[in-house]
Amino acid sequence: MSARLPFLLEIGVEEIPHWMIAPALADVERLFRAVLDENRLEAEGLRLDGTPRRLVLRCEALPARQADREELVMGPPKSAGEGAAVGFARKNGVEIADLSTETTQKGEYFALRRAVAGRETGEILAAALPALIAKIPWPKAMYWTGKDGERFIRPIRWIACLLGDEVVEFGFAGVKAGGNTRGHRQMGADEIVFDHTNYEDRLRKNGVILSAAERRKKILDGIRKLLRGTDLKLAADQALLDDLAYLTEFPTPILGGFDEKFLDLPAEVLTTVMRHHQRYFTLQRADGSMAPNFIAVMNMKTDRQGYVRKGNERVLEARFNDARFFWEVDQQKPLRERIEDLKSVTFQARLGSYHAKTEGIEAGATRMARMLGLDVAAVRRAASLVKTDLTTEMVKELTELQGVMGGLYAKSQGEPETVWRAVYEHYLPQSLEDPIPQTAEGRLLSMADKLDTLEGCFAIGIVPTGSKDPFGLRRAAQGLVKVLVEGRIALSLRELLTAGAEETHRTFAALGIAGYDDAREADGTLKWSRQLWEFLLDRIRYYFRDVRKFKYDEVNAALASAWQTLPDLEDRLFALQMVRETENFEPLAASFKRIRNILKQAQWAEGAVNAALLEAGPERDLFEELSKLEPEVRQASQSRDYLRALQLIATLREAVDRFFDSVLVNAPDESVRANRLALLGRLLSEFSSIADFSEIVTTATTE
Amino acid sequence: MDCYQDTIFKLKTFWARHGCVIQEPYDVEVGAGTMCPETFLRVLGPDPYNVAYVQPSRRPADGRYGENPNRLYKHSQLQVILKPAPADVMDLYLASLEAIGIKLKQHDLKFEEDNWESPTLGAWGIGWQVMLDGLEITQFTYFQQCGGVDLELVPAELTYGLERLTAFLQDRKSVYDIEWVEGASYRDVRFLDEQQFSVYNFEMADVAMLWKLLDLHEAEAQRLIDGYQASEQKQRFPLLAAYDHVLKCSHNFNLLDARGAISVTERVGVIARVRKLAVGVAQAWVDQQQLLRAEVAA
Repeated sequence: MSARLPFLLEIGVEEIPHWMIAPALADVERLFRAVLDENRLEAEGLRLDGTPRRLVLRCEALPARQADREELVMGPPKSAGEGAAVGFARKNGVEIADLSTETTQKGEYFALRRAVAGRETGEILAAALPALIAKIPWPKAMYWTGKDGERFIRPIRWIACLLGDEVVEFGFAGVKAGGNTRGHRQMGADEIVFDHTNYEDRLRKNGVILSAAERRKKILDGIRKLLRGTDLKLAADQALLDDLAYLTEFPTPILGGFDEKFLDLPAEVLTTVMRHHQRYFTLQRADGSMAPNFIAVMNMKTDRQGYVRKGNERVLEARFNDARFFWEVDQQKPLRERIEDLKSVTFQARLGSYHAKTEGIEAGATRMARMLGLDVAAVRRAASLVKTDLTTEMVKELTELQGVMGGLYAKSQGEPETVWRAVYEHYLPQSLEDPIPQTAEGRLLSMADKLDTLEGCFAIGIVPTGSKDPFGLRRAAQGLVKVLVEGRIALSLRELLTAGAEETHRTFAALGIAGYDDAREADGTLKWSRQLWEFLLDRIRYYFRDVRKFKYDEVNAALASAWQTLPDLEDRLFALQMVRETENFEPLAASFKRIRNILKQAQWAEGAVNAALLEAGPERDLFEELSKLEPEVRQASQSRDYLRALQLIATLREAVDRFFDSVLVNAPDESVRANRLALLGRLLSEFSSIADFSEIVTTATTE
Repeated sequence: MDCYQDTIFKLKTFWARHGCVIQEPYDVEVGAGTMCPETFLRVLGPDPYNVAYVQPSRRPADGRYGENPNRLYKHSQLQVILKPAPADVMDLYLASLEAIGIKLKQHDLKFEEDNWESPTLGAWGIGWQVMLDGLEITQFTYFQQCGGVDLELVPAELTYGLERLTAFLQDRKSVYDIEWVEGASYRDVRFLDEQQFSVYNFEMADVAMLWKLLDLHEAEAQRLIDGYQASEQKQRFPLLAAYDHVLKCSHNFNLLDARGAISVTERVGVIARVRKLAVGVAQAWVDQQQLLRAEVAA
C-alpha cells in the first residue's frame, strides 16, 4: 500500500451570500468524490467547512498515488497471422515475444498485457481541480476578470491547496494555488503559513472559526451568558441562527435595547424590523411579552467601547421611528377607503389590478362560504379588504407584512374579529412548514386568493415550467392543498375549480383579456381548466408523498378511487396504510392486479354475473362471499369507515386464492368464460372504489 | 470630529491618491451617481478608467418636506468607479473607511448580498450592501451589464451614502443635525431645498407639462440615436448630448411618478421607453469608441 497524505483545498472568496454556502459545500463534496471515483482514489476522513470568505475541503488521508494496474490491449486475431502481430507489437513499442494470446468468444487474439504505473495524486488533482471549481453551480454567478472570464459566485482572491507538505499547483481565474491562508478581515493577517496539523488553530488565532457548528454554538453560548441574571428570554429562531453563522467568521452576540415607547407598535412590526431587516434576535420578558431589547451578532471579538451596540441601537431607533410614522399615516385613511385605490396597483399586466383580483377572490369566497354555511356577509367584507394594505406605507416598506398589516389595521379600525383575522391570516401558508390559518374565514380567504391566482394565470397561459415559476403558482397550489387537507375542508376541489373556471371564463371573455384561450375539450371542459386540474393533482401527489410520507403506490391507489374531497382522500390513505400491515392485504392486492390484467387482455367491458352458470366449489364460493361482503363494505365505505371496509375486503383473500388455484378463467365454453370475467369485473369495480388495489406494488406481483 | 465637507475632502483625497480622476458633480438631474456619463458610458468598452465624484442624487418620491430625519429628496453620493476592479479592491475600500476616521477594529462590518439592477438603464451588477454596526453605509457592485451590453472589463462601483455616513461619524440622529462646516448645519444649507422641492414635486408640478417634456426629450434623444446610425461622421457625433436627453426623460419620469401621475401599467411602459433610449445610446457609444480607437491606431 502506498503512502497516504492529508489534503486541503481552501477557496478564498469575497463574501459569499450566506444562504448559498452550505449548498455549495455539498456540491464541492459531490464533485470531489466524482474526481476520486474517476481516478480510483479513496479518501479517508473527508470533511467540508465554509465561512463567508472560504470554502474548505479536507481529507485526513489520500493515497499519494494511484495503485499500479495491468492494462490489456487487444490486438489482431491470431488468424491474421504473424505479420499482423509484428505490426501490433511495433505500434506498442514491444517485441513480438512480449505479446500474449487471449481467448474471446470470437476466437484467439494477439494481445498485450502491460503494467501501468499509477499517476501521482497531486498531478491528478492539479488537472482536475480547476474544472471542479468551475463546475460548482451557483444561483447567480458573475465574471470579474473580463468578459468571457471564469464565473463564480464572487471573485476568488486566493486558493490554498496542500497535499502532504506540497502545494498542488494549479490556477483558476488568474489566481495560483499556494500554501498560505488568510485571516479575518479586521482581526487576522493576510499571509498565514500553516500545515495540516495547525490549520484550524492558525485560523482561530487570526479571527476565523472554521466550523459553522462551532460558530452556531458560540452565538448561543454567548447569548446565554448575556441573558444570565436578567429576566429576558430568547425568542428561538433557528433560521436566523443559521444565517448569522454563515454571515460571520467570528460571531459574538451583544445585547442592545430600545425605548419602551416603541412597544406600543404592533409586535409583528417590531419583530419584522428586528428579525428581517436588522437580523436581530428578539427577546421576551418573563410574562411572554416583547422586551425592549435585542441581540445583534457581530463579526468581531468584542465591543469594548460599546460602539457597535450604540450604532445598532441608533439604526433600530431610526427604523422604529419610520415604522411609527407609517403606522400613524396609514391610519388616516381607513382600509375601506382604499379599495378604490387598488385599481392602480397591478397584479399582472394582462390580468389587471388588485381591484379586479379582489373581485375574483370575493366571488370565490362567497361561493365557498355558502357551501360551508359560513357567515357570507363577514366573508365578503373580509374579501373586499383583503388586499387593501398593499396601498399602505407600512407594507410598501415592510412587504413581508402584507396581510398581517391589513389585519392589524382592520382590527384597530373596529372590524369584527372574524373579518380582521381572516385578512390577517390569508397569506398562510406561504411554505409547507407554515401553519394554515386558524379561523374558518381565514382558511377560506386563503383558498379563494390562491385559487383565483391559479385560475387567472392558467387561463392566460402562465404555467410554471421547469424551474421557472415567477408567480409562485406551485407554492399557491401547495398552500391550497395543505389548507384543504389540514383544515379538513369538505369541499370538492374539482367542483370548486369547475365553478371558478367557468366564472373566470365568463369574465375574461367579456373583458376580452389578451391571450385568453377559451378552447374546450370534447367533453366541454375548458382546456386550461383541465391543465390546472392536472397541475393540482401533481401537487396533491407531492403533498401526500413527499410531505406526509405516504408510499407512492398508496397515493396512486387512493387517487384512482372515487374520492370526493381531500380530507376524504386522506382518510382513504390512512386506512390503506394501516391495512397494508395486515397479512392478507398484499397477496390480495397482487390478485387484484392479476384480475385487472386478465380483464384488460380479454377486453372485458361489462356484464352481469349469471349465478346459474357458476361451478360449485371455489367459483361459487367466491361469488357467495363477495355477495355477502358487498353490502357490508358499501355501508362501511359510505360512513367513511375505510379501514373497516378494507379489512372486510382483505378477508376475501382465501376465496380469491382458491379461485385462481383451481378455476380456469379462459374456459373453452364462451358463456362460462364471459360469466367468470363478469365475476372478476364485479369484484374489481366493487372494491376499487375505496382504493385501487391493483396500483399497490407488492413483492408478490409478478406481472 | 470631522465636519461633512471634511469627510468628503478626505474621501476625494483618498481616491485621488489611488489614481482616480476627481470629477465634479454632473450638471443634469440624476437619480443616482451611476447614471452620470462618467459611470454609465465610461464603464462600456475596453478602456480602463478610474473616477470619483460627489453626485447630488434627486429622487422626488423620497422627499419628506424636510421632516423625516433620514429621508431626503436630494441626497449626496460619493461615487467611485475602478475599471477594471483591482484584486485588492476590498482592501482599498476598507482603507478608505479608515481614512475618514472609522477604526475598523472597533466596529462590526458585514458584507450582505445585494445585487443591483436598474431596469431603466438596462444595467445590473453583483455585490453587497456594506453594513457598519447595522447601518448600510455603502453599496458595492461589480458591474456586469450596462445599457444591455456585457461589459468587457468589470468595474467595481462604490457608492457611499454621504449623509448617512456622516451622521454615523458625527453621532447624529438626524441628517439635518450634521455639521456641514463649523457653524453651519446640514439644515442651514439644505432644508429649504427639501421643503420646497417636496411641495413642488408632490403638489404643484404641472403634470401635462411634465408629460410634454418627457415626450420632447424622448423625441430628441431618439432623433439623435437614429441620426447616429445614418451619420457619415460618426466619430464626432454628439452622443453625449443624446444621453443628456435620456437623463432628462428619466428625471421627468421620476417627477411624474412622485406626482402620482403614472399608473402602474403606464409605469412599465415608460420605463421601457427610457430603457430603449439608454440602450440605444450605450450601443452607439460602444460603436463610436471603436471607431475612435481605430482612428488612433491608424
